[in-house]
Amino acid sequence: MSAASVRRTDLRYRVGLNLRAVVGRSYPRIVGANREPSWIFFEALLPLLGIAAYVFIYQFFGGQALAVINQATLTAPFGMCGSNPCADAAQQALYRAAVYSNTNALVASVVLGGTMVAFWLNVLWSMASQLYWEKEIGNLQLYMMAPMNRMALLGGMAVGGMVMTSMRAVSTLIAGVFVFGVVFQVANPLMLLAVFFATLIALYGLGMMFASLYLLWGREAWNLSALMEEPIFFSSGFYFPLGGLFRIPGWGPAVAIAGSFIPASIGLDALRQLTLGSTAFGGTLWIFDVTTELEILVGMAVLFLILARYALAYLETLAKREGKLTSRHQ
Amino acid sequence: MNTYWRTFKVAAWLGWEMDSNWTEPWLFVLYSVIKPVAGAFILVLMYVVFVAIGRPQGDPDAFSYMYIGNSFFIFVASVLFGTFQVIQSDREWYQTIRYVYISPISYYVYILGRAASKIAVSVFAVAITLVFGVFFLGVRMHLALSDVPLFLVTTILGLAVLLAIGICLGGISFLTAKHTHGLAEGIPGLFYVFCGVLFPLSVLPDWGQAIGRAIPLTYWFDITRRLLAPTISVNTTLGGYDEPTILLFLVISSIAFFGLSVVIYKLGEYFARKAGKIDMTTSY
Repeated sequence: MSAASVRRTDLRYRVGLNLRAVVGRSYPRIVGANREPSWIFFEALLPLLGIAAYVFIYQFFGGQALAVINQATLTAPFGMCGSNPCADAAQQALYRAAVYSNTNALVASVVLGGTMVAFWLNVLWSMASQLYWEKEIGNLQLYMMAPMNRMALLGGMAVGGMVMTSMRAVSTLIAGVFVFGVVFQVANPLMLLAVFFATLIALYGLGMMFASLYLLWGREAWNLSALMEEPIFFSSGFYFPLGGLFRIPGWGPAVAIAGSFIPASIGLDALRQLTLGSTAFGGTLWIFDVTTELEILVGMAVLFLILARYALAYLETLAKREGKLTSRHQ
Repeated sequence: MNTYWRTFKVAAWLGWEMDSNWTEPWLFVLYSVIKPVAGAFILVLMYVVFVAIGRPQGDPDAFSYMYIGNSFFIFVASVLFGTFQVIQSDREWYQTIRYVYISPISYYVYILGRAASKIAVSVFAVAITLVFGVFFLGVRMHLALSDVPLFLVTTILGLAVLLAIGICLGGISFLTAKHTHGLAEGIPGLFYVFCGVLFPLSVLPDWGQAIGRAIPLTYWFDITRRLLAPTISVNTTLGGYDEPTILLFLVISSIAFFGLSVVIYKLGEYFARKAGKIDMTTSY
């Protein structure tokens, strides 16, 4: 056998080994979760209630705004249109339609944000914290001894996590459409898919990078994950268009820019434009156009995957050198 | 009784250490404040966005209603989580439940003790959020001095109900897999939707309003808001009840939920023992 064929066989073997590792690590997430029927209720259906609350807030605001428009008084026989009385019934109807349209767009924003929340929480708790968790329960040493590439291990966790989380994400979308009557207008489905998958790859790339860093941070990892829930929901615009932050003078843009380093924020902005139309909210609350946002997302995906590779190698070496790879509760 | 008190004290100390000893005190204080304030800011931004595109003149009453409800919801999220996660963290994370469980203490009281530190931290977080809202966001709040005793009583009763609900969930989680996060999100979500926390019950359909009226926390949020912000003119649909009636509801429901928590906890424990699930791990 020539040297070239040995190398080829070796490469084929390594690719096969790593693919098997990806399948092997994703398997327990997909199958294990399905063997636990209570999971569907606790992880997919119950969290919908939190999203429903945000939907009702916008409906409450919408209802309050409609009440003002509809309320006829002596000085405003056709109700109030903004700060002034409506001139006639036609103007009143126009304002009423605007409130309906804006409320639908905001509710749709919440529903899309809710699907992304599912993936973000999965990235935090089942990707970023996972290696630390594996160390705590004693699996990490087994992974480290196994001959596959560690990136394959993280890749398997990511694939399994995406599939597992899709159930919740799909439930959220279905609830949005059928329970809350959200209307999506998808003009470019291919672009939508491209943005969605670019967002997921970038998000899980970030999670893979965090997984290594969490090994270094030890016990702080859990608290860090907890800290990256509400503040990230806020700074990345999970429940409102991110452009809203630019309406707040001073700190608003700074928070929005900081939040944009999480791929979900740019991804959500693009997804909202693609499903609600770029003219929604008067076209004033978007960050960039969709093409630019897709380019940013692809850049982030590549960057985070490369950083994850280096972080993993560095942390593995560091942990081995300091002898902390398997020490628990530190 | 002495054993119960000792168990409670030691568990509370343990809970505090577990919550806080991972970092420096100043970082822990920051951590304890950032999460709830960020949660409040999500609502602030939702309001800002709606005002920007739909109602330029704003709606300060609706905003104050939502902000105060959300501030007190910090108790719901942290007390519930602090209670039911004890079983799952001891079982799945630290894998110490078998040792604590077989020790000669009441595990029920141990859970209450562990939750106590979460309550202490959340009191601080609620206070910070409210003060921030009043001074920087124009939240309309005014607590009369004469209402302070009633406010304290209702807060204690509300927390008692929350602890009881948390124990009920703990009893259930004896039997379930590692669903801490689903429960942490979902159960508070249930109260978020149906208890008039962020919006009045009138926004919900009739069946939703009926569910809300059956949950004692609805009355807790209502009376708290009446005492803290008596000038808010949002129709809560509970205007027919006066404060003493609502207080009576809270007392009765506290007792009822305490009884329910004991029953569910005992049942969960019994079935978990029977199925050999007390110290199971479900790591996938």
